[in-house]
Amino acid sequence: MSDEQKNSAPFGGQGHWRSLEELADSPQVREFLEREFPEQASEWNDPAGRRQFLQLMGASLALAGLAGCSEPLGEKIVPFVRQPEDLVPGKPLRYATAVRLAASTLPVLVTSTMGRPTKIEGNPEHPDSQGATDAFTQAALLTLYDPDRSKTVTNLGGIRPYSDLLGVIRDAAEAQKGDRGAGLRILTGAVTSPTLVSQIGELLRNFPEAKWHRHEAVDGDNALAGARLAFGEAVEAHLHLDQADVILSLDADFLGGGVGRVRHAKEFAQRRRVPAEGGSDPGSRNNAMNRLYVAESMPSLTGSVADHRFRLRSSDVEALARAVAAGLGVLGVSRPADVPRLSEADLAASLGVPGAQRPASVPGISEATLTAIIKDLAKHRSRSLVVAGLAQPPEVHALVHAVNHALGNIGTTVTFHAPLDAGAIEAAPFSELANDMGAGRVQFLMVLGGNPVFTAPVDISFGDLLTKVGLTIHLGLYDDETAVRCHWHVPEAHDLESWSDARCPDGSVTLLQPLIEPLYHGKTPHELLAAFTDRPLRTSAEIVKEHWSKQIPGVLTETQWRRALHDGVVAGTALPPTAVTLRGGLGAASRESNAAAGELELVFRPDPSVYDGRFANNGWLQELPRPLTKLTWDNAALVSPATAKRLGFKSEDLVTLNVGGRRVRAPLWILPGHADDSVTVHLGYGRERVGRVGKHTGFNAYAVRQSASRWIAPDVRIEATGKRYRLATTQDHGSMEGRPLVRHATLAHYLQHPDFAQEMEEAPPAGLTMNPPVKYEGHAWGMAIDLNACTGCNACTIACQAENNIPVVGKEQVLVNREMHWIRVDRYFEGEPESPGVHHQPVPCMQCEDAPCEQVCPVAATAHSSEGLNDMVYNRCVGTRYCANNCPYKVRRFNFLQYSDYTLPTARLLFNPNVTVRTRGVMEKCTYCVQRINGVRIDAEVEGRPIRDLEILTACQQVCPSDAIVFGDLNDPRSRVTHWKAGPRNYALLGNLNTRPRTTYLASLKNPNPEISRGEE
Amino acid sequence: MPQIFHPSTNTIARVSLFGALFLVGGVLWVLVTVQRSSYVTRQGVPRTQPIPFSHQHHVGGVGLDCRFCHTSVETSSFAGIPPTQTCMICHSRLWSDSPMLAPVRESLRTGVSLEWNRVHNLADFAYFDHSVHVAKGVACLTCHGHVDQMPLIYKSASLQMEWCLECHRQPEKFLSPREAIFRMDDPAPGAARPTGQELVQEYRVHTRTDCSACHR
Repeated sequence: MSDEQKNSAPFGGQGHWRSLEELADSPQVREFLEREFPEQASEWNDPAGRRQFLQLMGASLALAGLAGCSEPLGEKIVPFVRQPEDLVPGKPLRYATAVRLAASTLPVLVTSTMGRPTKIEGNPEHPDSQGATDAFTQAALLTLYDPDRSKTVTNLGGIRPYSDLLGVIRDAAEAQKGDRGAGLRILTGAVTSPTLVSQIGELLRNFPEAKWHRHEAVDGDNALAGARLAFGEAVEAHLHLDQADVILSLDADFLGGGVGRVRHAKEFAQRRRVPAEGGSDPGSRNNAMNRLYVAESMPSLTGSVADHRFRLRSSDVEALARAVAAGLGVLGVSRPADVPRLSEADLAASLGVPGAQRPASVPGISEATLTAIIKDLAKHRSRSLVVAGLAQPPEVHALVHAVNHALGNIGTTVTFHAPLDAGAIEAAPFSELANDMGAGRVQFLMVLGGNPVFTAPVDISFGDLLTKVGLTIHLGLYDDETAVRCHWHVPEAHDLESWSDARCPDGSVTLLQPLIEPLYHGKTPHELLAAFTDRPLRTSAEIVKEHWSKQIPGVLTETQWRRALHDGVVAGTALPPTAVTLRGGLGAASRESNAAAGELELVFRPDPSVYDGRFANNGWLQELPRPLTKLTWDNAALVSPATAKRLGFKSEDLVTLNVGGRRVRAPLWILPGHADDSVTVHLGYGRERVGRVGKHTGFNAYAVRQSASRWIAPDVRIEATGKRYRLATTQDHGSMEGRPLVRHATLAHYLQHPDFAQEMEEAPPAGLTMNPPVKYEGHAWGMAIDLNACTGCNACTIACQAENNIPVVGKEQVLVNREMHWIRVDRYFEGEPESPGVHHQPVPCMQCEDAPCEQVCPVAATAHSSEGLNDMVYNRCVGTRYCANNCPYKVRRFNFLQYSDYTLPTARLLFNPNVTVRTRGVMEKCTYCVQRINGVRIDAEVEGRPIRDLEILTACQQVCPSDAIVFGDLNDPRSRVTHWKAGPRNYALLGNLNTRPRTTYLASLKNPNPEISRGEE
Repeated sequence: MPQIFHPSTNTIARVSLFGALFLVGGVLWVLVTVQRSSYVTRQGVPRTQPIPFSHQHHVGGVGLDCRFCHTSVETSSFAGIPPTQTCMICHSRLWSDSPMLAPVRESLRTGVSLEWNRVHNLADFAYFDHSVHVAKGVACLTCHGHVDQMPLIYKSASLQMEWCLECHRQPEKFLSPREAIFRMDDPAPGAARPTGQELVQEYRVHTRTDCSACHR
């Protein structure tokens, strides 16, 4: 087959695999596939030693009682004394607020059921969310109700009243007055709150010698330093992916993480819609599909949806940036030393770029490929975009700015504004604080949020430095590593309990309003800073409102204030784009590469689930299979198959990572598609002082992270320990054995053969069934999932978990294939294990019209509704598990043990009241969010109108940042789902089984550059 | 060889075989009867309340509309139990020093809610919505009975699933015109009333017997 044919042939079925073990057809995987039931399915006992899962939410094994058998006696109805005006019992209310994660803020609408927040959705009116959220934001709800959060103000471990602390602060502040605050330091994380910035400013005016420091384990400082190099000022890039035809990502995971990820996914997905089907997506303004090149070490979500992905060590990315800059004739880039074979005039002419230089060699990327990329970028002047990752050094960011400038992209695909995190520019560096503390110059340190003892670079040993400070006060959600080393600890209020404000990625300010009184008497940083003023007892609400009343000319009217709260945005606060001018002489100083060729580099990344460690006690996130690796409950040292082979290690080998003498033990995991000679570790695991959920999970990657190499550490050595460590991965769970499950082709192939997806499998004729034909009058609910838009971000899994009261089961239970997620995101590799293609496929219940599960249930616990839903009746279920056995899609989940917690008070607050909480011995599965269908139906019936299209949003559909899921009425010829399903890319999963699933998929398309041969990536 | 069994054994065997059948049937009958009895369902059994609130007096005597207290019955799944303030609209003037109403005044004074004993209580896995039933012409009377004749409230129906299904299968037998929904008497005695079938048409009532209609 020629390269061209290889490029354009459709793929699906054979050649797809989920794990290296499956590819090698290992006996374990065979056994796994052929088992009728999951391992230990017939064992109901669970020895005490393996009961960790029960403690996860602090539960004890409580029987549900016999409440279901007869009317429960003795239940009380407790009405209000004075009923609040807007509150109608039984009707949830929604409030606009925001949920913050470091410098990234997501505007949300939170559903409040009788005063308790039960679900978070994106704010549909806000451009940074457009109704979508992500996994972190969804899981914020669980953190709110976490029973392990700290609950009391403590001094050296003893419980003290808050008023005592106020007295201590007042005395200490008084003592500092004499020195003009020379011994006073404030340490914060990222600060996006204008109110907090002004409060700190006021404090620094009163104590002119005091200092404010900022520390975030995962920050954008390299990017800002790069902007300083390029433009002379620290500005933050704001990407406009919907404007970009060609995107080159240099180690940047802009879809999977970082500020603006939700908006990026929205805009990116808009440009992945297929031109021929443009009519189905009125939202898409541009008709051409974009093209994405990604060069990165560890396969990221962004890399997995790329049209071309290049495996490059993170330290080699700079070489690529230089090559691209040289190729585009960016001023000041030194000419590479090697002699060109093409004449530069030819190159310049072919690119249409005056002064273009022959690109230097980049390891692993051929000259032809490089030229093709550069040509593609040059061809799309002002419609292209180059992005660098947070881990890349400032020089790369500066080069990227220069390249974007040369391509005329600034102002179209990328604009700049002042950084969202004011701490990044206004606060003094963290290292300075460490120096001052070491020198004994700090007498009074306030740590406002964060866990610096755990997240600070290891060479700073912040924990020891704290002992040199006379008075340390820590404000935090948890009694963590930092809390225990500070004199005072104050429980922090969660975002959903706080009044505050925050800048969203577009620069506009959203007010945070509390959904609930602080559950554990938490305080906000605003309240703690107020303690330094002459009005120490001001509430956050007063502080925030006072700040904003000063910001607007005239008087802040109550109407304006309420409007801002209601809309979730303060009008007129968007940051204006900053005009930038490029400085000359960029990149003239060629830097030494971080790691020499052949040497192992170690790359640090925030964890896709626990981030920098702050979500370590969040069971939803812990159990969420990570994108790509599908690991749960642990982190691992990720390496490529070739590197593992060269070093002689297998997956799950426990190894010691040695970085310049500092060591940490980590389990190894082989990740296909990882760059060779590179090791990726995720931060945030291995917490010492953490709640019940986060205990004994993973290893602490901070133990080898140093100030000088915060992102990429050169020269790491891997030493064998001879031990093994079992990792709980879900990658082989629910496998469907090499059938054409994910179908995909290139755009070029699709345009010639639009029906490629349907031709890949013979579908039985519609009438071929022994069952009597059923006509669905009224509504016929159905779903379509566009694999072309899906980025595999997992937000749907968590949203479903939050909506449907799905329990967490724990690592031991995941190991025996008992995770409960109703929608899983299957990840398939395709091709060579060294550099495979990656495909994501969310799999909920298919709601088959001829459902195999229904035919085998002896008690009719799963039955068909008149609208085609495959209903699950928990009260009828006797737990035979025949249905799960007969389900070809493996989407049914069984409560082997009492996973749901009935006893924990805060867990009861968390539950969605519209969904039954399941007990042990009951089967469950995706219901198409039937509670939402019924809710909308009732509203429509009461109002006497039909249900509108897209009025019912399933939880997975609503959360999806890339709008990959659509749900609606198949009997409505004008509904979007009907339109999607009518398209040629539509296909049914395992359609040849004639189950006639209501959920179908739209095949995915890649848009590769015809000038690049496939084999090279 | 002498007979091992006495001739009467035949009769005993017949009786015990036959009897066993009756015994099993009898036990089943007893179980089913008990399950449907008011002992289990609490149908027709008044429950004591912190204040002996009389629907008979307030509805039958005073003539209050149901919605005066159960305000959200048309808009929400839950009909609503009146806050203390609602009681005090009248009782700040009427019977304002009656010892019977002391708990109400106490509640308003202290801000602590009254705790009523729940009478109509569905199991947690059944989801009922008042608003849609009212909109579709199910009168209060149909399910809650003549509350205007109840000194202490009790359930007039069993609220068991078979009782729900009676109406869900044949709504035409139970519907009332919308103008009569909140009345305990016939609004226009002697006037021709629309038939159930007409109401089903007019209010677009569907027979909904899917499991997921009520169980989610």
